[in-house]
Amino acid sequence: MSRYVFSRSLLVAFGLLLIVIAPVRAADITEVVSPGGIKAWLVEERSIPIVSMKVAWQGGASLDPKEKAGLAHLAASTMDEGSGDLDSIAFQERLSDLAIQLKFNAGKDTFSGTLKTLSANTKEAFRLFGMAITDPRFDEEPVERIRAQILTSLNQKLSNPNSLAGRAWFRLAFGDHPYSQPSEGTIETMSAVTIPDLADFAKGRLAKDNMVIGVVGDIGKEELASLLDKTFGELPDKATAPAVPDTEPLQEAAVKIIDQNIPQSAVIFGGQGIKRDDPDYYAAYVLNYVLGGGSFESRLTDEIREKRGLVYSVYSYLLPLDAVGLHMGGFGTNNASVGEALDLVAEEVARVRDTGITDEELSAAKTYLNGSFPLSLSSNASIAGIMVAMQMNDLPIEYLDQRANLINAVTQEDIGRVAQRLLDPEKMIVVVVGKPEKLEAKGAGAEKL
Amino acid sequence: MARWRPFVVLLVFLTATIGPLSSQASSEVPPKLFDPKVTTLDNGLEVVVIEDHRAPVVTHMVWYKVGAADEPPLKSGIAHFLEHLMFKGTNTMEPGEFSSIIAKNGGQENAFTSQDYTAYFQNMSADKLPLFMKLEADRMQNLVLTEEIVAPELKVVLEERSQRTDNNPAGLFGEQFQAAQFLAHPYGIPIIGWRHEIETLTAQDAIDWYDKYYAPNNAILIVAGDVNAEEVFELAREYYGPIPPSDIPERIRMQEPPQLAKRVLEMKDKRVRQASWRQSYLAPSSRDADQTQVRALEVLSEILGGGTTSRIYRDLVIDQKIAAGAGAFYRSGAFDKSTFVLYGSPSKGHTVDEVQAAIHAIISDVVANGVTETELTRAKKQLMADAIYARDSIRGAANIFGSALASGETVEQIVNWPQYISEVTAEDIQKAANNLFDERRSVVGRLLPDTEES
Repeated sequence: MSRYVFSRSLLVAFGLLLIVIAPVRAADITEVVSPGGIKAWLVEERSIPIVSMKVAWQGGASLDPKEKAGLAHLAASTMDEGSGDLDSIAFQERLSDLAIQLKFNAGKDTFSGTLKTLSANTKEAFRLFGMAITDPRFDEEPVERIRAQILTSLNQKLSNPNSLAGRAWFRLAFGDHPYSQPSEGTIETMSAVTIPDLADFAKGRLAKDNMVIGVVGDIGKEELASLLDKTFGELPDKATAPAVPDTEPLQEAAVKIIDQNIPQSAVIFGGQGIKRDDPDYYAAYVLNYVLGGGSFESRLTDEIREKRGLVYSVYSYLLPLDAVGLHMGGFGTNNASVGEALDLVAEEVARVRDTGITDEELSAAKTYLNGSFPLSLSSNASIAGIMVAMQMNDLPIEYLDQRANLINAVTQEDIGRVAQRLLDPEKMIVVVVGKPEKLEAKGAGAEKL
Repeated sequence: MARWRPFVVLLVFLTATIGPLSSQASSEVPPKLFDPKVTTLDNGLEVVVIEDHRAPVVTHMVWYKVGAADEPPLKSGIAHFLEHLMFKGTNTMEPGEFSSIIAKNGGQENAFTSQDYTAYFQNMSADKLPLFMKLEADRMQNLVLTEEIVAPELKVVLEERSQRTDNNPAGLFGEQFQAAQFLAHPYGIPIIGWRHEIETLTAQDAIDWYDKYYAPNNAILIVAGDVNAEEVFELAREYYGPIPPSDIPERIRMQEPPQLAKRVLEMKDKRVRQASWRQSYLAPSSRDADQTQVRALEVLSEILGGGTTSRIYRDLVIDQKIAAGAGAFYRSGAFDKSTFVLYGSPSKGHTVDEVQAAIHAIISDVVANGVTETELTRAKKQLMADAIYARDSIRGAANIFGSALASGETVEQIVNWPQYISEVTAEDIQKAANNLFDERRSVVGRLLPDTEES
């Protein structure tokens, strides 16, 4: 459960941050351009002696070669394990002695780094961040140690119902497209990544032309400008990352069942969604809130949890990837109730498509989505993240002030149109892990994958 | 046990207490931890306000000083079940109306239950505080429950138990381990309850629980964010002030008899693909008379298990390469005894026995020779920095105060935490280690793959 709920709330937060307006207003963000031409968005916040930075590069795990899926993940996990004249232990001790937090992460479409430091150590923190991205050592000891940890975790996931369901869903939906491969790879592909692969990854994928930066905290414009050149100046001008080809998920109903002897089945469902730059994105966002996005307020929660007590959690969310838009959802229910709960999901999806939502629901969704937005901007780290997401999506700084209007502009007509586009229980792709009773595999889900 | 979210969230806050301190060294005078404004209403409600004006938002929490460890026999899970039922309406509110009003006002809300407390919170735009206070005060006294409302929610809780525990061998083993750790004390009973007891809970059980424990003199109100403390006190008097106090039973729980024999548990399961080992020692908590020992253990757990530079990780994972992961864990926040836990998971080709032997060697070394000054300095710096980083979250601040106060700590203890940590010496740590690490007073757990079945 916590897994479902947690992953969902992360995704919802990501959606929110792209949508509404904020206590941080456009006027609070300064675009800083260094003498060397490196750009960052900055919010100066002097009340706490800390600095947070997020940096993201376009191009993530989906660009990993098929036979080396997990490359970006291994690179992210080892990039902070030694650089220049500091080996893994020396580098980690330097971070630890100054209580600097530095982490990298590989998503499907982006590779990102976060940095958090006490402002007394800002200069050194940026220097270490710069060393990690421009001159990582990828020594054998830390690489093999971290790889062994990842393999351990991949091995454990082979019996984790939620992980199994998620991986199977993407395989079923995307066949040979790179989105079918898990970001962390498999035991086989993770084992195939070599140290030269990691070095090539760092050299080729982290460049100036595919990079965006957000900084928040106890730091001024000029100090940041000078640090930007020192930190990122050595990166190549251009990345060698190709774009992931546009795609769409499987366009027919499928039910796949993965047998596991557990009392509660884990269920993931989904299908066609909408991309972030689609003009109907906001309408879809509001629509999803009503269907399954608003925690206690959604129709799915009302029908399946509140009225019938079949689940602890049921949810849906938009997943706008670079090359495809998805509409996903999930729940866990005892094996005897899987069929009933799935039928209820299909009924609710069809009901929204056929009869729309009420004016009251539309209005409540808007007030929630606008009113709750400031809550996602209450920490320095979250503001840095939002500024990076905005830049990744080519949104201007002024967008923060325009968000509420974009949400408020959604009409019943927009909702009706987008409901016809997105909601189709006849094309739902479903994966169930457990021992569901009275449920048959269907379509491509019945085939051996 | 949250209505939605994992309880783990809280543990993070508990280990990262806060304090504004310069990065430069523990030689400087450690400042106070936040600057809470505190009052107590005439009806006994404690009010704590933490001002933070960075963003126009506020966190509003009510913590009841009652949790799963206060449950009567045969009723395990009732504290958590009532937490769910608190969203089911009052004499003026329909079931679900509470959540609906919160959402329509842009608020986010949830609740969670621990062994020692049950807490309800909303995060919202600062101007909504009076409205949310009114709603929370209403359900402090006017809850209405019927069998019809309660029945589907009991099913929800059973699904929650499946999802958290029954679906997951590590969850089941954790429950067994905790039960072995506490022979007599109710901390040995899972917060969510044993399934066979949850199944028998009724609306009347929930009402009895509510009537007995939900009152202003058994609660703490925490407000953190863009507010003025005096104004919050005024609002608290207006909305919570009129609620009459009630007779709250004293918190007396069965205490552990002396542990004279080590307890060893082993579980094999087909779904376990990675063996793991842990050893747990009964340890003092923040209410213990010997606070020096408690703070020393906090620093020791950082030295042993705080990240990749910690002693256990360095030795087992980097140098000897016998473990994929290993560390130590201690939290001081508990009304009664806490535990200090060592853990590790063998790397490929190695065994839990090797992990245990290597960790035991480290512990013996700490007991015999203590920790180094380098380790001590690094750990203190980390804890102080964590304290400053924690100030980046108003929800974190509210959680730190709420959980500590509801577990019986005082505001002074929380506020002076950086001072206490800065005073810990290598000798204190060695002494605390010496007192703590007695094999006879420990529980060992081994969770193993069931190779015969697979």
